[in-house]
Amino acid sequence: MSAVMITRKVRKWEKLPGKNTFCCDGRVMMARQKGVFYLTLFLIVGTCALFFAFECPYLAIHLSPTIPVFAAVLFLFVMAMLLRTSFSDPGVLPRALPEEASFIEMEIEAANGNVPAGQRPPPRIRNVQINNQIVKLKYCYTCKIFRPPRASHCSICDNCVDRFDHHCPWVGNCVGKRNYRFFYLFTLSLSVLTIYIFTFDIVHVVMRSVDSGFLNALKETPGTYSLTTVLEVLVCFFTLWSVVGLTGFHTYLISLNQTTNEDIKGSWSGKNRVQNPYSHKNIMKNCSEILCGPTYPSVLDRRGVMPDDAPSLVTPATPSSTSDSTVPQTTKATAPLIPNEHTPDDAKPSIAASTEISTSLTEEGEESAAHKVPPLASPETDAEASIAKAAAH
Amino acid sequence: MRHFHNLHEMRHSASLANKVFIQRDYSQGTACRFQTKFPLELNSRMEQALFEETVKTLNSYYAEAEKIGGQSYLEGCLACATAYVIFLCLETRYEKVLKKISGYIQEQNEKIFAPRGLLLTDPIERGMRVIEVSVFEDHGSGSSTPSSSCHSSGGSSSSSNSAAPGAGDAR
Repeated sequence: MSAVMITRKVRKWEKLPGKNTFCCDGRVMMARQKGVFYLTLFLIVGTCALFFAFECPYLAIHLSPTIPVFAAVLFLFVMAMLLRTSFSDPGVLPRALPEEASFIEMEIEAANGNVPAGQRPPPRIRNVQINNQIVKLKYCYTCKIFRPPRASHCSICDNCVDRFDHHCPWVGNCVGKRNYRFFYLFTLSLSVLTIYIFTFDIVHVVMRSVDSGFLNALKETPGTYSLTTVLEVLVCFFTLWSVVGLTGFHTYLISLNQTTNEDIKGSWSGKNRVQNPYSHKNIMKNCSEILCGPTYPSVLDRRGVMPDDAPSLVTPATPSSTSDSTVPQTTKATAPLIPNEHTPDDAKPSIAASTEISTSLTEEGEESAAHKVPPLASPETDAEASIAKAAAH
Repeated sequence: MRHFHNLHEMRHSASLANKVFIQRDYSQGTACRFQTKFPLELNSRMEQALFEETVKTLNSYYAEAEKIGGQSYLEGCLACATAYVIFLCLETRYEKVLKKISGYIQEQNEKIFAPRGLLLTDPIERGMRVIEVSVFEDHGSGSSTPSSSCHSSGGSSSSSNSAAPGAGDAR
């Protein structure tokens, strides 16, 4: 009966519970809010297009043909890094399957002992020793796991992300273990590109004015030329400070092997003699680990096919009467949450069923919450905070 | 269904088995390592040394994948120079080791775990958080069905036969 229902392959990305969008059948993964990402794309592509259209021909003839070539290479690198950062899995930790979740739950109960009714249970924290430093692992109520060290739950994407750095609205994705390198290279190459375009805009204006006096240069050159130059100079000037500042800030973080998240929280600020247990205490080693370390694979298996043939093999063999006594309550509880399109089916695997149910539960709950509450302004504040930090350092 | 000699069959009924989870060992940093402590639940099933050797071998594979040295620097710099386009056609070292690991787990399952009514799950399928060991209760006795014997894994397995609307539907 399940064979009839399944009309096509269901890939795993379709069932991922976080607030992400996927393109190209799961190859591309981004946050749902992408407005600022499009702005980033527009600014970079727009400024570069103007530069190539209006300044490059003059500079290539009067100065050197290598100028547009180098600009093009740099531009392609920036775009590659931006898209790589935006479209890849930042290192999302999949949520616990029901069995693992109940196992953890049992462990917590065993550790807490009997909590009298009405009393608040102790916070769900697990202490681990990392390089002789005690680190607290917090329990994530959404993902049903103890977050690994350095992981954090991104409220915008609703995922736990390994080595969470920050959620960057400019690239429209979280920045974490798997794309931090690309993010850093993006900021670095973007600052070089911005400085490059800014410099050659000035050079262009200067060369024209040397040819025919500054005011004449602005007057004589057709209106669009001077306008685009002014526009480019303005965009570059304002981008320059923030992007260069951000690059400097991240260079500082990389050299100490810290994340933005840890820096903002002041996790290793030296209070209580807590030091960063992940640092190699060597700037070169820290840099090379982050920039040239292993490339971690995605653990989501987004393109994998959902196992759907399990029930047909298992359930017919097992007499359903044995466990029927415990069944009805779960069925009743979950039935109203299942939309109409889901046809009830008697033979389904327990894992898939419970994940699906919990998924729909959380999704519906959180989506309704999201509808009521307007989206927080945290992306901006986040970015601004990091820029402010950058300026401070 | 009695003795689970068939690995494929075991995987399909793994949702009905008891689970034992081997947690990550963070004592040496965030690199992927699993605790080699022998879980008590497996005491009656297999020898401690055999189990520890498997976990230690897995740990050494992960250490190999995450090792930072000449090869990873070379790979990183080469990839960076090509704007990481090279990874579209080149397998990273990590991926190569992961294949080795899944082969190793398959082999261990066939040789050691399946005959004892146990089944290892590749940690990559569980987000590298745990090594999941499924313990099949009817090993040896052969008469009881999996569903009637899986009593301790709680609500998740007891609902296995329940109506599970929408679990595998094509949305």
